[in-house]
Amino acid sequence: MMADWPILTLTTFLPLVGAFFILLIRGEPDMVARNARSVALWTSLITFVISLFILANFDPSNPGFQLVEEYKWIPAFNIAYIKGIDGISIWFVLASTFLTPICVMASWQSIETRVKEFMIALLVLETMMVGMFTALDFVLFYLFFEGVLLPMFLLIGVWGGPQRVYAAYKFFLYTFIGSVLMLLAILTMYLTAGTMDMRVMLDYGFAQALPSLHKWLWVAFFIAFAVKTPIWPMHTWLPFAHVEAPTAGSVMLAGVMLKMGGYGLIRANVQMLPEATFWATEFVFVLSVVAIIYTSLVALAQTDMKKMIAYSSVAHMGYVTMGIFTMNQQGFDGAVYQMLSHTIVSAALFLCIGVAYNRLHTRDMNAYGGLAKNMPRYAFVFMVFMLASVGLPGTSGFVGEFLSMLGAFQANTWVALFAATGLVLGAAYMLLLYRKLFFGKLDKPEVKAMRDLSWQEVSYFAPLVAIVMIMGVYPASFKDVYSPTVEKIISDHQASLKAAGLLDDGTPTQTASDTAPVKSVASEN
Amino acid sequence: MATLPDLMPALPELFLACAGLALLMIGVFRGEGSLRLVSWLAVASLVVTAVLLATGPTERVVTFNGLFVTDSFAVFMKLLVLTASALSIIVSMNYLEKEQIARFEYPVLIVFATLGMLGMVSANNLISLYVGLELQSLSLYVIAAFRRDFAKSSEAGLKYFVLGALSSGLLLYGASLIYGFAGTTDFTRLAEVFRGAGTPSLGVIVGMVFVAAGLAFKISAVPFHMWTPDVYEGAPTSVTAFFAVAPKVAAMALFVRVLVEPFGELLPQWQQVIWFCSVASMILGSLAAIQQSNIKRLMAYSSIGHIGYALVGLAAGTEEGVRGVLVYMAIYLAMNVGTFAIILTMRQNGRAVESISDLSGFSKTHPVLAFAMAVFMWSMAGVPPAAGFFGKFYVFMAAVEAKLYVLAIIGVLTSVVSCYYYLRIIKVMYFDDLSEPLERPGRALSLVVAGTALFVFPVYLLALNPILLGASQAAAALFGR
Repeated sequence: MMADWPILTLTTFLPLVGAFFILLIRGEPDMVARNARSVALWTSLITFVISLFILANFDPSNPGFQLVEEYKWIPAFNIAYIKGIDGISIWFVLASTFLTPICVMASWQSIETRVKEFMIALLVLETMMVGMFTALDFVLFYLFFEGVLLPMFLLIGVWGGPQRVYAAYKFFLYTFIGSVLMLLAILTMYLTAGTMDMRVMLDYGFAQALPSLHKWLWVAFFIAFAVKTPIWPMHTWLPFAHVEAPTAGSVMLAGVMLKMGGYGLIRANVQMLPEATFWATEFVFVLSVVAIIYTSLVALAQTDMKKMIAYSSVAHMGYVTMGIFTMNQQGFDGAVYQMLSHTIVSAALFLCIGVAYNRLHTRDMNAYGGLAKNMPRYAFVFMVFMLASVGLPGTSGFVGEFLSMLGAFQANTWVALFAATGLVLGAAYMLLLYRKLFFGKLDKPEVKAMRDLSWQEVSYFAPLVAIVMIMGVYPASFKDVYSPTVEKIISDHQASLKAAGLLDDGTPTQTASDTAPVKSVASEN
Repeated sequence: MATLPDLMPALPELFLACAGLALLMIGVFRGEGSLRLVSWLAVASLVVTAVLLATGPTERVVTFNGLFVTDSFAVFMKLLVLTASALSIIVSMNYLEKEQIARFEYPVLIVFATLGMLGMVSANNLISLYVGLELQSLSLYVIAAFRRDFAKSSEAGLKYFVLGALSSGLLLYGASLIYGFAGTTDFTRLAEVFRGAGTPSLGVIVGMVFVAAGLAFKISAVPFHMWTPDVYEGAPTSVTAFFAVAPKVAAMALFVRVLVEPFGELLPQWQQVIWFCSVASMILGSLAAIQQSNIKRLMAYSSIGHIGYALVGLAAGTEEGVRGVLVYMAIYLAMNVGTFAIILTMRQNGRAVESISDLSGFSKTHPVLAFAMAVFMWSMAGVPPAAGFFGKFYVFMAAVEAKLYVLAIIGVLTSVVSCYYYLRIIKVMYFDDLSEPLERPGRALSLVVAGTALFVFPVYLLALNPILLGASQAAAALFGR
């Protein structure tokens, strides 16, 4: 179809073009706002349609990078403009392009000041996110990874709640401090491998080339992605950022930006530094389990709805890190599935809270009650996402949690046991939230006056509900696209562990063939 | 009878010297109100000088009995200096007229200071180094006190003069020690003396440290930075805009050349000095700026920090490091000229304001300028995808390559700290409510802002490859390749 188009570049930069057109809009404030909204909506919708062509042109049976585009950029330094996707990144690209139009719609009425700038920030954010997931050159990757910060800083700081400045700073400085250390790690790897091409780095074998440093490299990457994911104890920026951000900001933050951390962990830590990953597995397990249990307990104690969902995000990302580091097919599959499910579910939950907040302007769950009576549609939608977040069978959340638990059980029974208690806690706080909002007496006059979902709100909730259901009932539709990639990641991982002598149940022939090229490259440098 | 030295390699300098004298005459005969004419002529002569440089030879030529050298390093740095000087004259005109200090001596002094800088960049001898440096400094002392009926400006000029004289004294003392112990002041010969000579004598090391201290004063590296905030604050803003860029670039070029060419063999000796200056500058630059409420003082600390980052590359002591310094200075130039152009537009009710809080609500009254300012701040903080990131990228790459891991880690961490105050300006412009609106800027100023902002993002992404190639060539020239 469109395979010979630079389709990834198009998807990346189309939102930027839209942002540029919005910048040019002049005239009456009302007109500007209206036009900015529609330009943003159309741009993001067209981007989404184009991104569907990526899926159409993607061959799931091929575990390598596809639709690769390569242009010279700084040839003197072996830095190039390389884009490509594999089975894992394709879903995050689609998640970004899918959530952006929803965010535009969700901000249609709730954002009234500086609409033009808001829409520009949102579209720039989309460009950065798509660019980051499709980048195959480390400089490009880093540019987009950090480029996310500016639009998000402005989204929180300009359109956020009362403590927006504090939250925006905290968000920015936390993320930045993590990623500057990653920059040094990237530089070290670049100077070793001689190129910024991530495809080369994936197979490079840094443990052999940098025996004393590769664990430090792993730590630097881990800090960067742990802040972004976030992994306990580097999660403290997240509740503030979520609470203060406008709805669209929270949706983007929970839906896509947290996945940048998970994606980075897979790409850099697991794929490029397998030996150090093996070395740190137990450490990550401990952090994941603490995250699951501790942040679930913290969530249980919240009265602010957004804060509760924010903490639940940390707990859910705990399952993701646990699943990734089990390094078996089920666990890894589950981790990726959990990320996809969390993308939809947490985004939807923040949208749901946005609905309530727009009507009553408080996030305190005690201010509501009995909404099931006057907002039945809202109650239904909220219930679907609440149950998906809890992990009820038949929803998307179940598949991810189940698979990652299965993987964890094979890797370490204790980890699985503790993670399972997290499921119970998760159910406890989500049900608590649901009860406080929807059940009980409808006795508060201002709550009585709340209108049910408008057609516009229904129009963006409907696809989310559908996806949650499809993902729960027919997981293969999503899983089959990334499973071959995961399989390859795991077999590569195990091959390099065997080569390093860390796993001893492998065949010795593989060892010889794997280390030889690595050593020769290392000696050249 | 001595034969005349080959003048051709110094053609751009000779042209600029003649142009400066001619401009002075024009100014004297036209009298009051000739600022604009003289300024534009000064810009034109700087441009012509740049063209002469760019079309001239790039291979290494030494002339004037070994006093003067030109190579691709000199050409690269001189082009930066000329660009910075020309841009700072353009952004000054409106300001000078509005502040009623529109005197034609201003562009003329900048031209002579620039001439001194060109001399510094091309110095191949401790004597010519000193001559270039003093020609530059004397002009700078005068324009620092250009607003002579204003106490702060006079104070800035005096402070700069006293401390500058002190640093010149240090430098001369160091130079005489080196001459005494090594027997020559010529860079080429000094390099030969040290080559393969084993551990140098203590006198040479002390002399070198004195020279380094004198030069560190000129680039305002910690612990020789004390003058910077006061001079930046006291001098007229247009002068500060000039101070922040051109002299820094020139002095940095001189610093790099002195350490790499004659003292290249003494790398282990000077590396620790530069290491310390770099770390101290980065830390002080990032921490001290947090408390500032005056934007000019903030920029002073910011420039101290930036010099610290540039020194990271020099501390590596490698060709890659020098290349990093050159790229850093090129990007530093664009960011600083742009930022100061915006600071020059900060006027309320006909008077200049300098407080950061005066920028509040800037994004509502001047959306384009505010966006440009945000881009500059973003770039200064070194956050991608703005240009400043690539400046830091290359110096840190050199540091990692030279295995200076501690330096690199301190560097990236201080860059996070410095983010705080750069973000504060974005915060004031975008998050805070409107105070009193600022006036509209002039056309030339807007053009400079637009040009530099577009360069900082996104044009540099395309220009990166040529700049890097130029910097690589320049660095290679310095290392004799």
